[in-house]
Amino acid sequence: MAALSIRALSKRYANLEVLKGIDLDIESGEFTVLVGPSGCGKSTLLNIVAGLDRASDGTIEIGGRVVNDVPPKDRDIAMVFQSYALYPSMTVRQNITFGMECRGVAKAEQEKALANVARLLQIEPLLGRKPSQLSGGQRQRVAMGRALVRDPLLFLFDEPLSNLDAKLRVEMRMEIKRLHQRIGATIVYVTHDQIEAMTMATRIAVMHRGVVQQFADPDTVYRYPANLFVARFMGSPPMNTMPARLEADGGGAVAVIGAGRPDEVRLHLQGYEAAASYIGREVVLGIRPECVAEGDRVFSGAAGPPVIVTAPVELVEPTGAETIVLLRLGGEPAQARISPDIRPAPGATFSFALDIRRICLFDPETERLIA
Amino acid sequence: MTELVSTATRPGRSATSEMVRRLPEFLMIWVPLLLSAAHLISFSIWTIWISFTPSTLVPVTGWVGLRNYNSVLASRNWQIAFDNLLLFGIAFVLLSLTTGLLLAILLDQRIRGENVLRTIFLYPLAVSFVVTGTVWSWLLNPGIGIEKLAHDLGWTSFHFDWLVNRDMAIWTIVIAAIWQSSGFAMALFLAGLRSVDSDIIKAAQIDGAGPVRTYWRVILPTLWPITVTVVVVQLQFAISAFDLVRALTNGGPGIATQLPALVVYDLMFQRSQLGRGAAAAVLMLLILLAVLLPYAAWRYVRQRRAAHA
Repeated sequence: MAALSIRALSKRYANLEVLKGIDLDIESGEFTVLVGPSGCGKSTLLNIVAGLDRASDGTIEIGGRVVNDVPPKDRDIAMVFQSYALYPSMTVRQNITFGMECRGVAKAEQEKALANVARLLQIEPLLGRKPSQLSGGQRQRVAMGRALVRDPLLFLFDEPLSNLDAKLRVEMRMEIKRLHQRIGATIVYVTHDQIEAMTMATRIAVMHRGVVQQFADPDTVYRYPANLFVARFMGSPPMNTMPARLEADGGGAVAVIGAGRPDEVRLHLQGYEAAASYIGREVVLGIRPECVAEGDRVFSGAAGPPVIVTAPVELVEPTGAETIVLLRLGGEPAQARISPDIRPAPGATFSFALDIRRICLFDPETERLIA
Repeated sequence: MTELVSTATRPGRSATSEMVRRLPEFLMIWVPLLLSAAHLISFSIWTIWISFTPSTLVPVTGWVGLRNYNSVLASRNWQIAFDNLLLFGIAFVLLSLTTGLLLAILLDQRIRGENVLRTIFLYPLAVSFVVTGTVWSWLLNPGIGIEKLAHDLGWTSFHFDWLVNRDMAIWTIVIAAIWQSSGFAMALFLAGLRSVDSDIIKAAQIDGAGPVRTYWRVILPTLWPITVTVVVVQLQFAISAFDLVRALTNGGPGIATQLPALVVYDLMFQRSQLGRGAAAAVLMLLILLAVLLPYAAWRYVRQRRAAHA
């Protein structure tokens, strides 16, 4: 059953179109992450789903029921806000039970639900405290408790981790994922952080300029980005993209980077039949930084030895876990992720292994994925 | 070596120029501050001293102990003034608080023309109390004000004579004072309402709280530090109220709307009893301290708690 169906949804403020015909179907039990840069409309979309904002056009169905004109409290949803939005004058206990109090749930039942949630989130010792006496992580937990206690059809998370420091963010990320696995809730989660999207989602909707660019599971979004925007947005460092020329070579195709230059790079592509009509034309070639590594790297699952190219190194950024190298492939800038203990000298040339099985080709006009 | 010497002299030179540069600041801040503090403190001490002397028309030395205090406290004038102060203070503070809060909540509903309305409600604050008192004394005067207007419009049974009614006259002061200062309460409350995180209101909406419950349980409880400030400022005004009453009722009819500041004025400048007037003034100061000291303690505790959190 679809927990949430959004059909041809659009939102206009005066002459500004924030959402342009959004269509999404979210199955029950899914963890959907809406990800995109700020201003892409993802928070507006969430607010419309919650009923805090009105759609200009289109319909929203929650649990098979059209809810366009249903007030937020009757939509069977719960929401966790970026600022936590805990009621400052109430204790943790009151914060969690306030919704049940508004709905007129019996006291005994409230207590039972509160006890369950407090145990699940391990916030029992905090129940008597005020939000101002809690740390960021504890507030986050209470905010989740307030959502969980309702046991709704749909959980909405609006950038819930962006106010936490980096370490706590990673912890809470795991905790939310674990919580999802345990209770099997349907979650729509908004974030601008592509790592959060990749790590937690069962499906990712990448949004840009009020349009869903791609809606697919994390592996597909990462491996086959629907267009150049998704390719450059997902992944850190992002996918290297550079102009290339596609040439025929017997049965297959060759992508030439920096054609005509003395240092041009020729890559023989296998299994890119969909790109056949582009032979003899310019394309945009995308290759993930992890597919560019030191020369003796063996890529997992590779049938033969990798393609080796020698390229000038411009800059070296050791991160501890790996070394990020800025190099020139056929004159085009690209980033490589090599082993942490290897530090090529800037200005010198260095030999790199390329995993060309995972190259993406994009149409330079439409920016869509070709193959 | 020369290098060292030149760098060593540089800070000295810049320190002098720094002082010259900051001289206007010192003159602007410290001179008036010291002058007014000296004024305030020396005259307060002088008044306290006078209150223990047998001074009448002119200040004289001598010691009469608490005699002035006893006679002021025993006088009917002071007793009425004190009862009036209690009634006026409580009624005025509560009513201006609720009026201000109500106006702030209504203005907070994202209405059109908010800026214009806000200015209108705040405007009375810019008017002097004497003007407020005079205008309201005309409005409330049965012969020329609201009652006359109602009669002229044909509602001849309309009766509104609070200004000349012994029992109700104090309420005319309450009305005028609320008209004057509820805008101030409104401005502070509005600022408080605007500072409430909009996500909290959204959360309450999702939790299913209606507007009344949202205000009562979620928003208003966050306003109580502002409420305390408003109460203290208004109480301060109520205790030292003079010009408004003097222009509106001048303590009348009879002494029905007498307030402590009027008693002080009456004793000092109309009955020429400096000692008793000073005693009444010191009593007023004590009432003020009874309000301000707990407030100062409360603020101190709050700041300490905030620093710890």
